[in-house]
Amino acid sequence: MSDILKMTCLELRDAIAAGEIKSSDAVKAYFDCIDAAEPKIDAYLSTFKDTALERAAQIDDKIAAGKKPGQLAGVPVAVKDNMTTDFGKTTCASKILANFEAPYNATAVQKLLDAGAVILGKLNMDEFAMGSSTENSGIKQTRNPWNTGCVPGGSSGGSAAAVAARMCASALGSDTGGSIRQPAAFCGVVGMKPTYGRVSRYGLVAFGSSLDQIGPLTHDVKDAALMLNVIAGHDSRDSTSVSEELAPRCDCLADIDNPFEGLRIAVVPEYNDSAEAQTAAAIRRAIEQYRSLGAEIVEIQMPHADYAIAAYYLIATAEASSNLARFDGVRYGHRSENVKSYIDVYNMSREEGFGQEVKRRIMLGTYALSSGYYDAYYLKALKVRNLIRRDYQAAFERADALLMPVSPTTAFKIGEKTDDPLQMYLADIYTISLNLAGVPGISIPCGMDSNGMPIGMQLAAPAFQEQKLLRIARMYETASGITNLSPGEN
Amino acid sequence: MSSKITEQQVRDVALLSRLNLSETEIHDFADQLSSILSYVDKLNELDTEGIEPLAHCLPVSNVFRADEPHQPLDREQALHNAPHRDEEFFRVPPILDDNSGA
Repeated sequence: MSDILKMTCLELRDAIAAGEIKSSDAVKAYFDCIDAAEPKIDAYLSTFKDTALERAAQIDDKIAAGKKPGQLAGVPVAVKDNMTTDFGKTTCASKILANFEAPYNATAVQKLLDAGAVILGKLNMDEFAMGSSTENSGIKQTRNPWNTGCVPGGSSGGSAAAVAARMCASALGSDTGGSIRQPAAFCGVVGMKPTYGRVSRYGLVAFGSSLDQIGPLTHDVKDAALMLNVIAGHDSRDSTSVSEELAPRCDCLADIDNPFEGLRIAVVPEYNDSAEAQTAAAIRRAIEQYRSLGAEIVEIQMPHADYAIAAYYLIATAEASSNLARFDGVRYGHRSENVKSYIDVYNMSREEGFGQEVKRRIMLGTYALSSGYYDAYYLKALKVRNLIRRDYQAAFERADALLMPVSPTTAFKIGEKTDDPLQMYLADIYTISLNLAGVPGISIPCGMDSNGMPIGMQLAAPAFQEQKLLRIARMYETASGITNLSPGEN
Repeated sequence: MSSKITEQQVRDVALLSRLNLSETEIHDFADQLSSILSYVDKLNELDTEGIEPLAHCLPVSNVFRADEPHQPLDREQALHNAPHRDEEFFRVPPILDDNSGA
């Protein structure tokens, strides 16, 4: 593997800024890797080699001319294909958007570009971010770089696989119920879901609007901090992005290597009991690692944790059924060729354009919102959501962060869980409640199972305390030395 | 499988969802949605009397901004992805039939 590919974003950025490495050479190295690995990984839905090389050359010229190059100047990155770009296509891995060319950049994408990043391409995902394995992509199946018979996780499976296989230096994903953290865990990379409202959702194709959040997938915790520094901030085009008064901007990199004094870590004993044995053992080792770093370990209860999946699949699908109503075959997206009436335009275009999981969720959400069922399902779920948020508030009165598994298992085999949608949903048990509570979470590697597949652990912190969360994660990463992993080299 | 939701209900919800479904899908969704709905019934174990519904987690509501004109998408950009267009319009089948009296 070329030395460039082994570098973190931060190392690469500094080397490019210092003139030691040219961005053009970095981009070429990454495309060589894409050319070699893509046939077996299938992470990308589209790549932009020519424009990426042009842009890298411009950045190199800028640096040679002594201009201020930007926080990510020359660094090759990629984005999940549910974020709009005013170049190439934005498909959401759906047949209904197979040819969609967005007229504007998502704010997070624009911020990457403004920081000097070079976007290599758009990454595969479960269709409209609905899934936990990327098996619901309407276009292709991404494979796990650690074992190509296994799923990369989902829905940001392309993002996690591309970072793990060194097909980009870092990537953006989106997380509605674990869609950044779980694939990060399955692929042995770092994945962070910021606090709801921290990153603008403008240009992120909406799935569950009160849950969706964009975040980074990276080789280490410092890169996650760097990426968050770039993409965070208020955006007047997203009314749910928080103001500077509510969530002051912070430099997450500034004190990231300062260990946290008086750290208290909360753990939920029941969570470990419900995880598969090797995952539970890895989490216990992580707890001991923190203890040896001087942290106080506090056992807590999350009394409503068992209800999170039920509440989530009502709320998320209700919001999805409304959000996906815009795909009607009229103004953009697929329109059926066989229509006789205007109503056919809706019914048939949607029938032909959406995959099974998307249809199932639209149906469930429509049912939960329909007359006679609204109170029993949707409203009830919103009340339970409030109880779940209170669990988190109580937990954070006793601890700085919560440590738990990301997923009950490591990456499973492709096809193993596709027959039973409910079983697939149940595996989201540890990630989903953070989205319901709106708090930030990070998934970092904490070991390998006996099959050589990465195990992830998850840390959660109170809303808008990403800076603290990243410092706490960094303490573990530094102490354990489990960082910047590469499949086949460990 | 208990039929929490019948095939007829699936057809009704499909109509509301503007989704044509095949007979196989109607059959499968009746089973799958029944199973999911049986699972979510566990929410009824919780007493939520007096608990406020939480639609989103931010302590903000009614976000306003200054009413200032911005440059909108130009017409050509807006029509760029149209499946069918007629000059400067989106083209769709007639929405009123000949006997509508319109």
